[in-house]
Parts: sequence; C-alpha cells; structure tokens
Amino acid sequence: MSDSTTQEFSLEALRSGDRAEFARVMDAYSAPIYRLGLKMLGSQQDAEDVLQNTFLNALTHLKDFEGRSSLSTWLYRIASNEALMLIRRKKNTVNLDDFHSEETEDVPLPEVFVDWTALPEDELLSGEGKNALDAAVNKLPESLRMVFVLRDIEGVSIRDTAEILNLTETNVKTRLLRARMFLRERLSTYYGERLAPKERTNG
Amino acid sequence: MADHYHENCQALLGSLSEYIDGELPPNLCEEIEKHLEGCENCRVVLNTTKRTIDLVRVEPAREPIPDDVRERLFLRLNLDDFLEQKK
Ligand SMILES: [Zn+2]
Repeated sequence: MSDSTTQEFSLEALRSGDRAEFARVMDAYSAPIYRLGLKMLGSQQDAEDVLQNTFLNALTHLKDFEGRSSLSTWLYRIASNEALMLIRRKKNTVNLDDFHSEETEDVPLPEVFVDWTALPEDELLSGEGKNALDAAVNKLPESLRMVFVLRDIEGVSIRDTAEILNLTETNVKTRLLRARMFLRERLSTYYGERLAPKERTNG
Repeated sequence: MADHYHENCQALLGSLSEYIDGELPPNLCEEIEKHLEGCENCRVVLNTTKRTIDLVRVEPAREPIPDDVRERLFLRLNLDDFLEQKK
C-alpha cells in the first residue's frame, strides 16, 4: 500500500454503494492487509479472518469515512484493530491498555557485534536464513511488531503509521528503533554462531 | 571487541533509525559519520541494522493473495459477481 501503488478511488461512488468500486478497493488493498494479518497472527486462517473482517467493517462504516485520512490509512487502521482484537482474543486477556501504554525511551544496547552483512543474499533469504528472520519477527512484542510491519515491511511513513495506530510520531520512532534493534540482535546472534567456527580457523 | 559501550555510542544508537531513513539534518549526519569512522562496533551495528531492514523489505515479495483466499473474501462480502474483474 505504498504511495506508488495507491490507486485513486471515487469516494463518492464508494459511499453511494457502488459495489464494483468496492471490489476494486478490495483487490488493491487485500494483499497488504492479508500480509499484516499473517505477520501479526502467524497463521493463514487468522490472516484470512483479519482480511474479511476488515472489509466487512469497512463496508459497514464507509458512510462515516470522511476522507480526512487517505483510504489506505483508514483501511490499515481497521485492519490493525482487527488484528489486535484477534490477538487479544487468542491470548484470552482483556488488557486493552498495553498496546497504547506509555513506555520508556530505553533502547536495549547491542551486544553482538558480528558483521554478517557480506553473506550472500540467497543464503540470507533461503531456507534456514528465512526461518531465522521469520522467527525473529514472530518474537517481537506485538506493540513493536505492528509498527515494524507497517513501516519496514509495507513502507508506510512514520506519520501515517502514527495516524493508523493512534500513537505520537515520537512513540512510533521509538518503537521502530526498538523493533529494528531487537531483530538485528537476533539475526546477529544467529549468524554469529554460524560464522564463529570459520573465524576461529582463519585467525 | 570492547565490551563497554561508550556514551557516544549510546547517543548514536538513539538516532540510528532516523539516520538510516535519511531523516536527520546534515550537521547531525556529519557528527554520526565522524563517530562511525573511529568506532567499529557502531559501524557493525549500523550495517547489520540496515541489512536486517533490507532483508525484510525484499522478503514479502509483493505477491497477490492466494486465489482461494480472494474467492472466499468476495463471497463473504457478497461481491462474488465481481470475482472475474481481477485487477
Ligand atoms: Zn560507537
């Protein structure tokens, strides 16, 4: 849903119940919404629920959409709420505050300083490497993961991410940094262990 | 590799994301680059962070949703008469 792929849709047509136009909106936005569901819930079934509920919800509330934010921001907001609701339901908790709770500015300090950036891309993105990456993303606390998915996977701006999640831009930036450092640390630990034996024999 | 994490390194860490995203003013960038020249740990942290972000950006491969997922979505919304129109 980055700007380059955002198509223009007629709000007027959408509000007046133009079903063809709504179907076009679904085709334009279903992929990123499904991806968000997958990353947040980790299962295809749940991602599909997020997808369907998002558009059911959007259809119901279309008449209230005033177009002050972009259509993609509005849909992302519905989708992120659906995903968070589903997560809460799964965890069986009623703690609605923790996503929006104020947090410390503390960013954990890096501990692993292995440079694995020279590893070839197909090694990093195939099989085990991809699993390590997925596992690291899945380990992110939801409040960080949601920001990370929107900003770094989908390429949504800091400002729009703040609007989608009803957070301040500062808060989004802090969460993004923490998410990035968390993933960096995990991947560095993973590749550090794989690179270590080689380094010993070289030195 | 030095275990102790210098104060300047901590300050850099705080601006790392914005530095990577090119959102810092030039004078701050210069400061950071000066520090990076003399600090291997921070260079590694910067490069591995950048690489981490690159990896997740290429990874999802802008794929459309699976056909059966799309079909069930359209059915659920009672829009299955538009299933054919595909982008
Ligand atoms: Zn440093």
